[in-house]
Amino acid sequence: MDAHIQVKNLNVYYGKQQALKNVNIEIPKNQITVIMGPSGCGKTTLLKSLNRFLELTDGTQITGEVLVDGQNIYAHEVDVTEVRKVVGLLAQRPSPLPMSIYDNVVYGMNIHRMKKDRKEYKAAVRHYLEIAGLWDEVYKRLHDPATSLSIGQQQRLCLARGLAVEPEIILGDEPTSALDPISSQNIESRLIELKKQYTTVIVTHTLRQAKRLADYVIYMYLGEVIEAGSAREVFNNPQHERTRAYLEGQI
Amino acid sequence: MNQMDSTNTPQSINKTTGRLSRPVVASRTRQNNFAQRTFFIFTLLPVLLILVVAIALFVRSWPILNAYPLYDLLFGKVWKPTNGQFGFLPFIAGTFWVTAVGILLAVPACLLVSIYLAEYAHARTRSIAKPILDLLAAIPPVVYGVWGLLAIVPFVDKVLAPLSDRWLDSVSIFSVNQPTGFGILAAGIVLAVMIAPLIIAVMYEIFSTVPNDLRHASLAVGATRLQTIRNIVLPQVAPGILAAIVLGASRALGETIAVLMVVGNIPQMPTSIFDSAYPLPALIANNYGEMMSIPLYDAALLSAALVLLVVILIFNILSMLVIQRMLRRKWV
Repeated sequence: MDAHIQVKNLNVYYGKQQALKNVNIEIPKNQITVIMGPSGCGKTTLLKSLNRFLELTDGTQITGEVLVDGQNIYAHEVDVTEVRKVVGLLAQRPSPLPMSIYDNVVYGMNIHRMKKDRKEYKAAVRHYLEIAGLWDEVYKRLHDPATSLSIGQQQRLCLARGLAVEPEIILGDEPTSALDPISSQNIESRLIELKKQYTTVIVTHTLRQAKRLADYVIYMYLGEVIEAGSAREVFNNPQHERTRAYLEGQI
Repeated sequence: MNQMDSTNTPQSINKTTGRLSRPVVASRTRQNNFAQRTFFIFTLLPVLLILVVAIALFVRSWPILNAYPLYDLLFGKVWKPTNGQFGFLPFIAGTFWVTAVGILLAVPACLLVSIYLAEYAHARTRSIAKPILDLLAAIPPVVYGVWGLLAIVPFVDKVLAPLSDRWLDSVSIFSVNQPTGFGILAAGIVLAVMIAPLIIAVMYEIFSTVPNDLRHASLAVGATRLQTIRNIVLPQVAPGILAAIVLGASRALGETIAVLMVVGNIPQMPTSIFDSAYPLPALIANNYGEMMSIPLYDAALLSAALVLLVVILIFNILSMLVIQRMLRRKWV
């Protein structure tokens, strides 16, 4: 397996409570990895360890390593903003910034001064809105507030905003759970289209979505990784009793 | 089915058991209504109090309002009650000078403190710093006045005034005309320290109204905290910051004892922050009850109080309007 991300001996504590217990996994490049498991099992914690979002919560302690392209993102010399540029996050609830549609897409590029002039920004905005499948719906009103979009459109805008800083990895924290079925399907097809260019890691609590999206599956229970493997193996022939129980709907 | 429904209506319970007409319930309800009315009356009291105070002040200052045109009172520059000259402008100007200097000194520092507490500080730092700041607000004004007298006035006199005299003398609002240390700058410094806890507390609350989702959306594309504060948080809280400043200003406008101890109390039109001044609250506190034999003096002081009340009410209403507008704004 061509691993893009390697997690080594990762332990996470919120205060005294241990949220992740000695997690060791590898996440394959340019595939969709789905993290699943019952609520409270540490799915989101594992996901947010990958872009160093855990440290935004006071009292979080992290030990172990997360290697992206062989570089430990928790190493002292690593700049956290560079990590988050390479590892993008699509949040659970769409969170458009309080500015226009255009400015939302430009936001990250501007932060990193990635383009030279307005012309380049304009072209980039179009490019990423097209990738997110939103261009046709918004090209006439790019300067309307982003909050005027429907919630499904907002989530695709957030996808475009994330992609605009040219990440290698996309994290999705239940990115369709706030959306209606058609918008969810729309986001899912975007993610499938994008997986050739991006390593994608999705947390989901719906088994059906996991089956639709996953190339690689990580099953977690109470802060531990119970089973990890290709989607075909895990879904058809789970090695662990707990995984089987979950897949059969007992947990 | 229909029958069951009808047996559940109150009237039918009344008919079959008579429970609804039991006197015990009625007295309980009466008690409740009585309590509600009592609470309402006590809630009404503060509203009535403002009205009563305003009306009383107006009635008591009527003799002078009747004797002189309002324009002469508000914009007259000479205060010589023994000659029958009652110009309030030096006092109004003094009030605004002192408040403006206090606000200008307090706001930048308060902004930095509240940004640190709301955006950077760990929960533990916050839990130590916040109560200490609240404690500062509990120090009695007279203590601040003594501190101003013992520390700030000499500091202005020995350090700031000579510095300004050497470097900023050509700028008229920094020129040192009355080298005593007592004056607008000393009062402004004392006021700034006094209103800071209030301004910080309000600003902090306003920062915490910004949803974390917005901060995270910005951080997730690799923005630093500072970029997130500048690009996302500050534009959202700008009206609230303004409201906090106005709130601080209305507190500063009315501050009496600490100011009058260090401001010099000379009724003149100030032109420099090193000048002495005589704000309205100090005028009233220093003089009410003395020399009351001078004709119209009582009415003049009470109309000064009326002017102060009106100014502060306007400031408070302004800040309330700003806060309301801000709360009506949708975040997400």
